[in-house]
Amino acid sequence: MKKLHYERPIIQRLNVGVMNKFGTKTEYAPVTHVDGNAVKGLLAKYGSPLFVISEKTIRKTFRDANRAFKTRYPKVQFAWSYKTNYVNAVCNVFHQEGSWAEVVSGFEYQKALQNGVSGNKIIFNGPDKSMEELTMAIENNSLLHIDHLDELYMIKELATKSKKKPRVAIRVNMDTGVYPIWDRFGFNYENGQAWDAINKIILNDQMELVGLHCHIGTFMLAPSAYGLAASKLSDLALSIKKKFKKSIQYIDMGGGFASRNTLKGSYLQGMDLAPSFDSFAEEITTAILNAGFAKDELPMLVLETGRALIDDAGFLLGSVISNKRLSDGRRATILDFGVNILFTSFWYDHKISPAQEFSQYSEDSVLYGPLCMNIDVVRENITLPPLKRDDQVVVHSVGAYNMTQWMQFISLRPAIVMIDKNDKPHLIRKRETLKSIETEEVLPAYLKDFKL
Amino acid sequence: MKINKNVALSDSGFVFNPSTGDSFSTNPIGLEIIKLLKEGKSMDYVKASLLKTYTIEEATLERDCYDFANMLMKFKLTEADEKAEN
Amino acid sequence: MKKRKINIAVTGLNAIDSPGPGISVIRALRDSEAFDVRIIGLSYETLEPGIYMHNLVDKTYQIPLPSAGASVLLERLQYIHRKEKIDLIIPNFDAELPGFIKLKKELDKKGMKTFLPTMVQFDARHKVNLSEFGKKHRIKVPFSKMIFSANEIGSLKEDFSYPLVVKGKFYDASIAYSPDQVHSYFNKISAKWGLPVIIQEYVFGSEVNVTALGDGTGVTVGAVPMRKQYITDKGKAWAGISIDDKKLMSMTRKLIKSTKWSGGLELEVIKTSEDEYYLLEINPRFPAWVYLSVGCGQNHPEALVKLAMGEKVKTFTKYEIGKMFIRYSYDMIVDLSEFEKISTLGEL
Repeated sequence: MKKLHYERPIIQRLNVGVMNKFGTKTEYAPVTHVDGNAVKGLLAKYGSPLFVISEKTIRKTFRDANRAFKTRYPKVQFAWSYKTNYVNAVCNVFHQEGSWAEVVSGFEYQKALQNGVSGNKIIFNGPDKSMEELTMAIENNSLLHIDHLDELYMIKELATKSKKKPRVAIRVNMDTGVYPIWDRFGFNYENGQAWDAINKIILNDQMELVGLHCHIGTFMLAPSAYGLAASKLSDLALSIKKKFKKSIQYIDMGGGFASRNTLKGSYLQGMDLAPSFDSFAEEITTAILNAGFAKDELPMLVLETGRALIDDAGFLLGSVISNKRLSDGRRATILDFGVNILFTSFWYDHKISPAQEFSQYSEDSVLYGPLCMNIDVVRENITLPPLKRDDQVVVHSVGAYNMTQWMQFISLRPAIVMIDKNDKPHLIRKRETLKSIETEEVLPAYLKDFKL
Repeated sequence: MKINKNVALSDSGFVFNPSTGDSFSTNPIGLEIIKLLKEGKSMDYVKASLLKTYTIEEATLERDCYDFANMLMKFKLTEADEKAEN
Repeated sequence: MKKRKINIAVTGLNAIDSPGPGISVIRALRDSEAFDVRIIGLSYETLEPGIYMHNLVDKTYQIPLPSAGASVLLERLQYIHRKEKIDLIIPNFDAELPGFIKLKKELDKKGMKTFLPTMVQFDARHKVNLSEFGKKHRIKVPFSKMIFSANEIGSLKEDFSYPLVVKGKFYDASIAYSPDQVHSYFNKISAKWGLPVIIQEYVFGSEVNVTALGDGTGVTVGAVPMRKQYITDKGKAWAGISIDDKKLMSMTRKLIKSTKWSGGLELEVIKTSEDEYYLLEINPRFPAWVYLSVGCGQNHPEALVKLAMGEKVKTFTKYEIGKMFIRYSYDMIVDLSEFEKISTLGEL
């Protein structure tokens, strides 16, 4: 007699006021494949856990965003936000799609150069740029986005020594009805700081003011705020035109578009809340087109979209280490990945699917990572079928910030695989080894020996 | 371990405990276990029977049954007299 | 006239002490002279009384909570549609409306009609946007501010005097007399409904409400104003009376006209001793007391069905003044097997 498929016995109290299970099945509908590759096979080949990036999804998302803006505005340029995901393979997919590079440190700057981005197509943002980094960027004709007055004076000083005229933009912060205002970055619009800085740059004549930049927040759900920001930047550009007879080449709206992840504390699913690229594009382009620029003087529109372009293309595959029962009766499942590599679980309730078939029975569970730390919680509450040791799971929308903010803490960081448009997997970052961590360590000779 | 005689079971996996008024939902294997226990079968008998019917190693089944039995006790579906365990 | 048969799915079957509007809407539909309705109840919890009211609700299905997302909801509705052939869905909870509005086109394609506000209307009247809304439509609203963290409570005294009102994004409102109370309400409300939490100026006066229906072109199909006579400790009307208030009626018409509101709505308004009207809230669906509209000679839910089915609707011009509603609670006797069915099968 053939034996039946086993599923762990479960029993749950029927509570009133708790999520009912009817119709919620898709939340834990199994995801057995990513872009045609079996989860099981990928984990067997590359080890568990494993980050997987879908090249198809990146290109599709990028084209969707590009179309949304280009069909509404004549001059659009995306610049890939390196900090969101600077694995070279990922950056180069964006560069192949036509993105420039947007970097916020010398390290990222060098990465962009090394990837083959020409200096004049690198936007250098952020409050921390050293003299050496600024010098390099000036020599390469890169776009320097000035964050504060000290930086402005540093660039001024370098400009006197260099043959090149630094190409600069200023970062402007403003009230767009979104709070808190990110006024720690750049120069304020409302109190006139931004206008002062613009005057300083133009009157000085050693730098060329080529652009205006803002970045109004992160995980923005209100497209209208971008419309307001775009019209304020346009106003500045038009004031410059009026006073100095000088046209600004570009307006950089920064990033911050929300992805489809669900923020903790949000009652509704991120998927239902996240505005489309079209709605952001509509607000931004309408504001600039209606600002009053002469037709041949419309500034180029630069976008530094990061999260919304890459989040959905990233998956984290992992395995169940164990199950336990907490003292209050709740089920707890321990996974082989935690907050060390899934950094975004601090602020999202990530969607997590089992990677194998189950019956329709489910139970509420806490998902823990493998670290021996109390904060290592992947999901505080999730309804999943009865997972057992070695069962596999797929975490969705992890492409942004995880592969840059992950920590080498307690365990080594996993491999990253990119699946190309023909569903073929490529290893794009190897699983770390003891050696990769110890390469940079130096052990003084007198500490080499000990007796126990 | 014995299930309270008055606990009501239905094939849909609905379990009702008349002495507390609580109701529960269980999956088919859970229901099978509770039914066998209610018939007076021992936990060892239940495990042996499940081993015969399902593809599962003994160690995992052992652990799952232990956990399930704990939940039954926690939900007060079992009889207080634990000596019935053989 | 022969009544037309129609299958209508209704949510909000929670006729409890803080009731959802579903049962009132269903009663109004059962009173319809134009339609012979079959009611499909849609419930979120297994103890919503409507599930067990077989004289009002013909069949009930559990549906996923709005937090599960619109795609999950669509899947469930399609399943129900295959079995019941739903002609029209009337959702009755604020929190579920975004999902239904999002699915409107898709539902329509599959033959399930709705008559809802647009997402723009829904968002504009949202508590967090009410100040903007008031400015735009030149209607007085109490001063309010959103807060995102408990750290902001200390500085509230710069903009507000106590008492003030602490409100959740979707539901819940409490009057706080001190920062400590704000703190405790902030924690409670943000845990349940997320951020931001709204802090609103407390306006003294008497509360008056309107239930109304807009046709989507700016026309007020019907409106009945009511003054709460008795309020439960949860702030819900336990009894109310229809009143003659021309100012309130003209405010309602103005609002529906300028927003081109489509669907049912409830206005919550404070009338001060100086006869000023402050708009507290716009609920984007019928209130739980909508059956009073039937009692006053305006069957708003029936008119909504006609609008949804694309039929001409005559605008109501008068309503009876001085009609009262008095709520009562009623203990149904229910067999365990019914509870079992809805709990395990999700249908009853």
